[in-house]
Amino acid sequence: MKPAPFEYAAPESVEEVLELLGEHGEEAKVLAGGQSLGPLLNMRLATPGVLVDINRVEGLSYLRSGDDVLAVGALARQRSIERSISIPRRWPLLHQAAPYIGHVAIRNRGTICGSLAHADPAAELPAVAVALGARLRIRGARGEREVEAGDFFVNYMTTDLAPDELLVEARFPPLPPRTGTSWKEVARRHGDFALVGVAAVVTLARDGRCERVRLVYTGVAPTPFEAGDAEEMLSGESPTQELFGEAAERAARDCEPGSDVHASAAYRRHLVRVLTKRALGEAVRRAREEG
Amino acid sequence: MERRRTIRLTVNGTRYEREVEVRKTLADFLRYDLGLKGTHVGCEHGVCGACTVMLGDASVRSCILYAVQADGQEVLTVEGLSSPEGPLHPLQQAFHEHHGLQCGFCTPGFLMSALELLAEKQNPGEEEIREALSGNLCRCTGYEGIVEAVRAADRVWNRS
Repeated sequence: MKPAPFEYAAPESVEEVLELLGEHGEEAKVLAGGQSLGPLLNMRLATPGVLVDINRVEGLSYLRSGDDVLAVGALARQRSIERSISIPRRWPLLHQAAPYIGHVAIRNRGTICGSLAHADPAAELPAVAVALGARLRIRGARGEREVEAGDFFVNYMTTDLAPDELLVEARFPPLPPRTGTSWKEVARRHGDFALVGVAAVVTLARDGRCERVRLVYTGVAPTPFEAGDAEEMLSGESPTQELFGEAAERAARDCEPGSDVHASAAYRRHLVRVLTKRALGEAVRRAREEG
Repeated sequence: MERRRTIRLTVNGTRYEREVEVRKTLADFLRYDLGLKGTHVGCEHGVCGACTVMLGDASVRSCILYAVQADGQEVLTVEGLSSPEGPLHPLQQAFHEHHGLQCGFCTPGFLMSALELLAEKQNPGEEEIREALSGNLCRCTGYEGIVEAVRAADRVWNRS
């Protein structure tokens, strides 16, 4: 057996899930797609006493795009982003980043909300959620609350979720008009965790200047890194290559990458520079096509 | 809540009922409880793709899925592609003819990933094939033969 022994429960309603989480607290771990948790269990880096498998809970697999908001249920698989008709058109950043998440067989199981709740510092979806201003619906014994993605990620693999709470839905607001997005990433091999990834969201004013810019990175900090200074520098300005270069310098200066066996901090900063320019260029081009 | 559980599932068209420890991976269940050793176990943490099987209509890594999670579902493994007496599946035949394997360790996983791609798509481009197979590692062939085999299988496999 690879994982250490655990007790297993497969509840069929959110209420039952919450009851189990309330009862077992820190000892319990929610199992959704299991594509991050499974490896941790196999390597015994995680040894929860109780696995609460939510795959048998009815009605959590949805992607709903009514009301202009994309509502993603706790069990919606990452693969469903690629199969959706409305997402490529209306939430293109999700569609642009999805192919970088593992591989097909991983995305077939892995869930969007699970990736957010797991909060791996090199994962794509946390940065995408912050860049898009997603709101996360959380349920617990004390009721329901909503948290902005920007406030959700606390530290390495640590979120605002309490042990007895479940992330039940992620809500992605619509993009404003004249907005273009881009996801750029470098990994050692296709499908590996990113060395660096960046989400760019650029809204142009009618006169072609940058109205609002979002630059959010994965792989360069314990949580999704928002390059606030670079964003601010760009807003109100006409988008030029020169300006993108300056913004890229600021982002590289401000981020806090670590060194590990995969890449040095200096190399990660270099990637931030290169990818920022590419992502901004692509997002602006797409924003112009929108306008 | 329990540490053992009785599961019922269909594997390659045969129905099974077995009691399993809840922490047993689907890969180990297939290999040791059912004796279906065609599903290979490589990295055991979801990276190499050797253990890929179909769960319902979707390819999955059976090393990071528990057997209890397949309760009530249908699994297809490499043994289900063709019968020992009958002809090989068009994908298997194509891998044989186009040097899609050498040592063969990764082959079952490649076959299942390719099966999912071709079941969904006729005439995929080379890039699509490479993307679909990017989650499977082969250390022998250099992939050229594998990609060629998938293209060849696409041409001859009558999916209807």
